[in-house]
Amino acid sequence: MLPYPILSFFLVIMWLLLNEFGLGHLVLGALVAMFAGWALASLRPDKPKLKKWYLLPKLLWVILIDIGRSNLAVARLILQGTRGSRRSGFLLVPLDIEDPTALAILAIILTSMPGSAWLEYDSGDKTVLIHVFDLIDEAEWISTIKQRYEAPLMEIFA
Amino acid sequence: MQAVVDLPIWAAIIVSLFLLLGAGLTLVGAIGFLRLPSFYERLHAPALVTSWGVGAIMLASILYFSITQQRLVLHEILIGLFVTVTTPVTFMLLARAALHRDRVEGNPDVPAKAPD
Repeated sequence: MLPYPILSFFLVIMWLLLNEFGLGHLVLGALVAMFAGWALASLRPDKPKLKKWYLLPKLLWVILIDIGRSNLAVARLILQGTRGSRRSGFLLVPLDIEDPTALAILAIILTSMPGSAWLEYDSGDKTVLIHVFDLIDEAEWISTIKQRYEAPLMEIFA
Repeated sequence: MQAVVDLPIWAAIIVSLFLLLGAGLTLVGAIGFLRLPSFYERLHAPALVTSWGVGAIMLASILYFSITQQRLVLHEILIGLFVTVTTPVTFMLLARAALHRDRVEGNPDVPAKAPD
């Protein structure tokens, strides 16, 4: 009946947000969500394996704070213009995660972070090339990414 | 559409602060996009807009309409969510196109691709 319960659930929520909360829209949204679930099932995508979903809110909070900090840092550097001694550069980060969903989320995190940009992931040697706006300490960047974002993601998508 | 007068003063202050923060970040992002010297550096500036730029304006909108319409208005979250989820796709496309071009041209500043 519902091949992708989480997707269908969020579709209903989305339907209610876009329209109005009420019984009529709940029924209509549920129908849409059901058919969308079947449509997706016919594409046979990989099912993400959410093991410890309760760790997601904490990760989300950490990310929101970090992105805020990164916003301020990058905004300051842009406004300083060329006077500062900023050095931006490329950085090759070795990754341990392989789950496609977890990788996609990591890419979203690093792209949303104004201080870093996700350029190229190589599934062969499991590395990602990122570009860092203000590269002070390469080792610190790598350990931050691995400990703050990669480790919790690996735990969630075990 | 209701008048701004309906808004209590504390809410007006919070809404304006969020709006100014979002608009300010968007402006700085645009300035950076215009002035930064290299392509890869310019890639960072719009992230200001797509993260907390959009986020702060979204929070201001949620607060304003929730108070003036006296019900919880949350569909702005969808805008934020879709912006966040879709920008990496364009970013990566642009970045990989630039990398490819620089490698073909033999630009020494760009790291070469690891041999397969």
